[in-house]
Amino acid sequence: MVRRPSRRARIAQWVFLLAMLGAALFLASNAADNLGRRHLAFGFGYLVNTANFDIPFRLIDFGPDDSYARALLVCVLNTLLVSAMGIVAATLIGLLIGLMRLSSNWLIRNMGLVYIELVRNTPILVQIIFWYVAVLHNLPGPRQSLHLPAGILLNVRGFYLPMPVLGPWGTVTSLFALALLVASPFAARLTIAGKSLGKLALALPVLAVLLFALGVESIDAPSLKGFNISGGVQLPPELAALWAGLSIYSGAFIAEIVRSSVQAVSEGQREAARSIGLKPRLVLSLVVMPQALRMMVPPLTSQYLNLIKSSSLGAAVAYPEIFQIFAGTVLNKSGREIETFAIVMAIFLSINLSVSAAMNAYNRRVMLVTAR
Amino acid sequence: MSEVSTVAPVAGPDPRATSASASLRRMARWLRRNLFNSPGNSFLTVAALVFLALVLPAAWEWAVSQADLWGDSKGACIDQGACWVFVRVRLPVFIFGQYPPSQQWRVLLAFALLVGFAVPALRDGTPHRALWVVLLLTLFPLLAGLLLVGGVAGLPFVDTTLWGGLMLDVVISFVTMAGSLPLGVLLAYGRRSQLAGIRTVSIAFIELWRGVPLLTVLFMAAVLLPLFLPSGVTVDRLLRAMGALVLFNAAYMAEVVRGGLQGVDVEQEEAAQSLGIGWLQTQTLVVLPQAMRIIVPGIINTAVDFFKDTTLVTIVGLSDLLGAVNQALKDPAWLGLAPEGYVFAAVVFFVCCFAMSAYGRSFERRLARGQGR
Repeated sequence: MVRRPSRRARIAQWVFLLAMLGAALFLASNAADNLGRRHLAFGFGYLVNTANFDIPFRLIDFGPDDSYARALLVCVLNTLLVSAMGIVAATLIGLLIGLMRLSSNWLIRNMGLVYIELVRNTPILVQIIFWYVAVLHNLPGPRQSLHLPAGILLNVRGFYLPMPVLGPWGTVTSLFALALLVASPFAARLTIAGKSLGKLALALPVLAVLLFALGVESIDAPSLKGFNISGGVQLPPELAALWAGLSIYSGAFIAEIVRSSVQAVSEGQREAARSIGLKPRLVLSLVVMPQALRMMVPPLTSQYLNLIKSSSLGAAVAYPEIFQIFAGTVLNKSGREIETFAIVMAIFLSINLSVSAAMNAYNRRVMLVTAR
Repeated sequence: MSEVSTVAPVAGPDPRATSASASLRRMARWLRRNLFNSPGNSFLTVAALVFLALVLPAAWEWAVSQADLWGDSKGACIDQGACWVFVRVRLPVFIFGQYPPSQQWRVLLAFALLVGFAVPALRDGTPHRALWVVLLLTLFPLLAGLLLVGGVAGLPFVDTTLWGGLMLDVVISFVTMAGSLPLGVLLAYGRRSQLAGIRTVSIAFIELWRGVPLLTVLFMAAVLLPLFLPSGVTVDRLLRAMGALVLFNAAYMAEVVRGGLQGVDVEQEEAAQSLGIGWLQTQTLVVLPQAMRIIVPGIINTAVDFFKDTTLVTIVGLSDLLGAVNQALKDPAWLGLAPEGYVFAAVVFFVCCFAMSAYGRSFERRLARGQGR
């Protein structure tokens, strides 16, 4: 036998790789047989075929005459929409509950703890279905809509939000407003003639809001017309339930990240800050939070990725996301299992890779310089 | 601290009254310190109390004081609160699924076996604890499998399509955890391997499954796998789902194990090598046992996450606890009881997961104490 361990290992590797190859060939030949029996050939040409079904909730135009490829685009946008909404809401909930956990008030601290333990130890799917079936489906019909603050109506068909209608110059002003919003974090770092803009940069977001308001002609408020609600923007119960489930669940995990990051800032840092006479509020905002926020970035990234993956649970409440529409309806209608799953996996992997690349780039910029 | 001395009991007429007032004062001090130490905190306390006063009595009324438990139809629910009659009547389905009622003792016996094997394996100070762990992962699944499937020793055969309810969640998570642990160890070693081929395959496998939703593998097991099998060969639906879940979970397990392997000092390995111990024995006798101790909390976290995620099999048509609740709610005789059904499911999962994570935390504390020496 071969005596040298390194050579033995290399032989084992080749045997392993050949076995993998053999298994792959076996599976591929089975698949080719099965496809051949159904007179199907592997290929992505089917994507241009007419879809012949409708998608109830969409961000871009879609009709039964459109192609599978456009249906895919619609449901990818829906997945991205609920993920983005979920990430924003979960971060806000996480910050709130995390700060509650850090409060010196016993009652507030323990209410935060109860929230985290209750939410973390129940399956997210049970929560989503609970919001959908037990809460949103038990609401009254449109005629008895609940009137929430800010002109929002809530009934069994979902939330109805008032929507600003842009005037003739609206598009231009809102584009400028958006540009100002994007520019404001950079402006805060800008130095002009040796002077840092600093707090002056806060004027930019205010200006942006004013500019946006300038372009608004009227507000389209939802109201009851006959048997239905007209006007405003509808947030269907499927989206609302999925959004609530994702943000409440991830919020509990983010709260723990916030708490542990703040507590991980070493006591020496706080003592040093106090000993040079900083007020407690400034100790928090100048010393503790900047360090804690930097520590939060990597675990927060994986929470965001989990949330995006969990958005696939929309399939359980018929929210038209990738699994419901593409791995569900399109797969059933076209019978293209292999191609469909290749596309679904490619989409999720590329969403995940881009989010983690963005968060890693951000992390590299804000990371504390520590020993190695 | 100086305040404490003022509390010292003064000789008075009634010592009990003094101690009562002392404890009252202690309580007042605690309240002042923890709830009313600043105007802002006092406001928060009052706001929180108002919130609790609004929520808790209503919840108590719904779940307990105004709820109905006894009876056998929806008509028995005459009060305003929850109709627990529904949950009580459907309890066998929620726990055993469609498992034949005359055979349900087998499920209970299998569960008793699980407890019998798991308690010595999880408790500190059991003699031959490692042996119990091995038995839990080998002998127990064999016994429980024979017991649940049947077809031997006079036990009637029970098809897996009849399995359901909480039992299915427990079976799936146990099989998945037990199956993915060895695979995860192999993958973790593969990822650390010096052989480029094996390392690449391991990294690709791990990152691929960690990058896609769990639903992907469940859908794949349900629709894609039959396509890759030779024609005429069919695999049981539950078995297919469990196989896919083992592969998926192994990717997560591999990362937990890798963390443990990195936590073992490299000197341990070097010391073993310098004694002339071979690679395989170094790993199995020196490195892995130490790594395993480090990763127990991580494994438990994964188990809790995974136990919650077994509910996803509902989406591909297996009827676990959540699926059983979904189905029971469609029964025309019990319409409109969704809150009761889902609250029950949530409570069951909460109790299981909370118990598991509490064990994980206590293990972590003991581990920290052990390393502090």
